[in-house]
Amino acid sequence: MSQKIEVKNANVYYGMEHALINVSMNIKANTVTALIGPSGCGKSTFLRLFNRMNDLIENCRVEGQILVDGQDIYNPKVNVNELRKSIGMVFQKPNPFPKSIYENVAYGLKVNGIKDKRLIEEKVEQSLKQAALWDEVKDKLKKSALALSGGQQQRLCIARALAVSPSVLLMDEPASALDPISTMKIEELIFNLKSSYTILIVTHNMQQATRTSDKTAFFYMGELVEYDDTRTLFTNPKFERTQNYITGRFG
Amino acid sequence: MITLKNRPSDKTRFYQWQDKVFKYFALCCTLIGLFVLALLLYNILSVGLHRLDWNFLNSTSSQRASNAGIKSAMVGTVYIALYTSLFALPIGISAAIYLEEYAGKNKFTNFLEVNIANLAGVPSVIYGLLGLEVFSRIMMLKNSILTGSLTLALLILPIIIVSTREALKSVPYSLREASYALGASKWQTIWHQVLPASSGGIFTGIILALSRAIGETAPLIVIGAVVFIKTVPNSIMDKFTVLPIQIFHWISQPQKAFAANAAAGIIVLLLITFLLNGIAVYLRYRWQKKIKW
Ligand SMILES: Nc1ncnc2c1ncn2[C@@H]1O[C@H](COP(=O)(O)OP(=O)(O)O)[C@@H](O)[C@H]1O
Ligand SMILES: [Mg+2]
Repeated sequence: MSQKIEVKNANVYYGMEHALINVSMNIKANTVTALIGPSGCGKSTFLRLFNRMNDLIENCRVEGQILVDGQDIYNPKVNVNELRKSIGMVFQKPNPFPKSIYENVAYGLKVNGIKDKRLIEEKVEQSLKQAALWDEVKDKLKKSALALSGGQQQRLCIARALAVSPSVLLMDEPASALDPISTMKIEELIFNLKSSYTILIVTHNMQQATRTSDKTAFFYMGELVEYDDTRTLFTNPKFERTQNYITGRFG
Repeated sequence: MITLKNRPSDKTRFYQWQDKVFKYFALCCTLIGLFVLALLLYNILSVGLHRLDWNFLNSTSSQRASNAGIKSAMVGTVYIALYTSLFALPIGISAAIYLEEYAGKNKFTNFLEVNIANLAGVPSVIYGLLGLEVFSRIMMLKNSILTGSLTLALLILPIIIVSTREALKSVPYSLREASYALGASKWQTIWHQVLPASSGGIFTGIILALSRAIGETAPLIVIGAVVFIKTVPNSIMDKFTVLPIQIFHWISQPQKAFAANAAAGIIVLLLITFLLNGIAVYLRYRWQKKIKW
């Protein structure tokens, strides 16, 4: 199987700070990759490389090559808005728009110039079903998204990201602000989405990483320390630092 | 273990005493303010209420107090409010969007920011002088509604810019982030997300600025707004008067009957201002209830 994502010697700087140091990594299509490591080690920075959200941060500089489906996404010819359509993102804190549930999911289609109401309606329903939220909200699509519970809001944010048909889904600690039951639902969701999407998930929860992911990458102080099959990394890590982190001796 | 003494220490008692003193002091201050306001309202109502009838609302200026009314002044105020917003709102809101969303942080934008903040504090009569020279004389618009509304537009522009920026600032970054992550452009993000989410705050600022504009007298007197007017203005190039000027003119008349006219005029002006402020409060309330981050 060919690689979905190839990262070659990526370096990220915030002003003088070297936040990501010489990271290289290959990710296969339709897999879940967990990114773990102590706070501030560069997991979010790494994740934001793929939809170029780092572009929005002043003083942020990216070096190296990042290929998605063999194409260099930092090529000056690449349209960032198009790129972000094919690489969806879900954030740590649920951040639905202060609008109706329907409008939240339809927004990505609308800003991409889709006007056909029937098509939008179909896509909204399909995305909400994919995010396992349809049954809970189908009777109140016109109600404000802010009235939903935290867990529902996060699944709405996932539906919103899915609506524009991305092939990669970036999730930055998507369950860290949620209760255990909502967390479980999100994990189930990740498992079901794997067949159609390539998923990268940042998590602080070791169990979550083992439950959801095929591969795990351990970052420490901006460096990729170890990257392996999740089972191997958690049962038989090659490096002591990985061992210390996953057994909770620091971080 | 905690110890509960029957008698608090001297220090504790002093602080409790201090607390009480300050509470009553603050209460007194509030009551003084309310008392003065009530006195004023009572005074105005008792002098002016009997004068407030259909005739008063539907007549223009007159030498005789009993024939004089505020029709011209009310129409003038409405025109001025309308055109002032027409000029000030698009420019003010656009400027705020530029400064808040597009302009980077550099010496130039810093310079702009400091100056806009300063402009908000310039005495209104100075704007009158500016309007007199630039609009009335150089552009030869004379003492028309156009001159008046351009002058007032300049006056409220900094207020609108500052309040709109505050409203835009209150929209959390996570909302913009969510929009960008879906492939929305900067303008789409501002138009579809940031502006709707901050509209309550923006409207509040606009309405407070407008109620300031319709209460202004000095700059309009300087640009030569008339005080005695038999006609009702119906074009933007007509001469005009506004309620505060009409009131001021009546108060300076020696006859007592004109004082009643002035009081009745004040009641109308107060009603308009309260109405605008009421709308502002309502919008703010709606906004806070609807949007919780
Ligand atoms: N917007 C930013 N501006 C400046 N420095 C940043 C910014 N975001 C992250 N950093 C720095 O980059 C490093 C990595 O941060 P981050 O990627 O957020 O780590 P993690 O997600 O693993 O907690 C940290 O040292 C942090 O201080
Ligand atoms: Mg992070």
